[in-house]
Amino acid sequence: MDFLRPASWEEALAAKAEHPTAVPIAGGTDVMVEINFDHRRPEYLLDLNRISELAQWEVGQDSVRLGPSVPYTKIMENLRTELPGLALASHTVASPQIRNRGGVGGNLGCASPAGDAHPSLLSSGADVEVESQARGVRLIPIDEFYKGVKRNALEADELIKAVHIPKADGPQQFSKVGTRNAMVIAVCAFGLALHPETRTVRTGIGSAAPTPIRAKAAEEFLNAALEEGGFWDNGKIITPSIAKQFATLASGACNPIDDVRGTANYRRHAVGVMARRTLMWTWESYRGDNGRTLEGAA
Amino acid sequence: MRVNFTVNGRKQEADDVWEGESLLYVLRERMGLPGSKNACEQGECGSCTVRLDGVPVCSCLVAAGQVEGREVVTVEGLADYAAHRTDAHPGGGCASGACGTSIDAAKRWQAKPQDGQTGEAGGLSPIQQAFIDAGAVQCGFCTPGLLVAADELLERNSEPSDADIREALSGNLCRCTGYEKILDAVRLAAARQEEAV
Repeated sequence: MDFLRPASWEEALAAKAEHPTAVPIAGGTDVMVEINFDHRRPEYLLDLNRISELAQWEVGQDSVRLGPSVPYTKIMENLRTELPGLALASHTVASPQIRNRGGVGGNLGCASPAGDAHPSLLSSGADVEVESQARGVRLIPIDEFYKGVKRNALEADELIKAVHIPKADGPQQFSKVGTRNAMVIAVCAFGLALHPETRTVRTGIGSAAPTPIRAKAAEEFLNAALEEGGFWDNGKIITPSIAKQFATLASGACNPIDDVRGTANYRRHAVGVMARRTLMWTWESYRGDNGRTLEGAA
Repeated sequence: MRVNFTVNGRKQEADDVWEGESLLYVLRERMGLPGSKNACEQGECGSCTVRLDGVPVCSCLVAAGQVEGREVVTVEGLADYAAHRTDAHPGGGCASGACGTSIDAAKRWQAKPQDGQTGEAGGLSPIQQAFIDAGAVQCGFCTPGLLVAADELLERNSEPSDADIREALSGNLCRCTGYEKILDAVRLAAARQEEAV
């Protein structure tokens, strides 16, 4: 095994071009487990810790440019306003020690369906910026990023440079099922973001299909139902029948498996429950934020 | 490969390090510092917790090569680290090399609690003394990781609520004492810290 320690982004891209099999390591919270247990013996480890810009973020006009190595702890502490869904999800990652090391880049690089960041990236509509020495930068929409169980859209010579996440324009929520609060790999998870500016709702489901997915049919149903009922304007409570249908469709979007953490049936059920709850939480918050104006308008 | 880094305030180098080796392995097997415990090797149990540039991390998940040029504090150096937090250089190693804990001292390190009769200090950090006084140690395997994590909590939060303590220690598993006495110990150290101010 060789340990490559590029001091700059350009050096890292050159190393990845020369050694496409090199395994990038940043927080190490996935890669080191595989090495410790001898599940993986990469020819090259590509350490990204020395590239300081990967651990930085910038809050722009409309979006946050998040470095892939920004530890979850920093996201929780600094980006709660701009990225509430991701901040909530970050807080559910493992333990303080792991959150101090791990970042979104690792979730994306591993592309495990259980990664805690995925549902909020999907519901926010993030773009993943990747770069190779040969072809330069490209932006991959999150909807096209996940390709299979632990497979993503990265080419062998590409590295993740940043994640561009639209700033929240409405309430966001994240919910995760596990046996305790800390140190839990999600049995299943659900993220939901209200986008009042476009009058849409986006979702993300974790650990209930071969890849993280959106509950698209549920989104389309809810968008139409909210529009039809004038809910965005009148701020009325969402009717139980709408919430129930949304939950049923979210549940139907799943394609889960039975494994040690839970059965497929349980996951389908739990995703429906989380879909309904996160919808209610975010909608209550939307109504609260707009309560007066909405009543006045009505 | 060779790795140069600071351990408990003193510059060290480790030779013949395998590229896939963890920081934990380097500390235990190459530096002779077995205080950080090796249990799960997957970041689940927290018994290998050390400070990396001041931040608590699982040393089993840090690749040895990643600590080149960085500062590590292990449980063996915790007493000195806590003692210097309040004076010269909080949160970092000593550039002059006068502070810190040498490898030899760290290897010989033993817990010597405060003498009940004479009141003579035993060279323990406040959190270590509190663990002894509260009876928070049974088999002791989880203790080093808990000490490092709890010490860091008290460094940034002098009056932690029970929820703060639970969260800060949520990455450290104990399988025998039970957590109540451990929580007692952290509350005790926090209360003593407040009294001292």
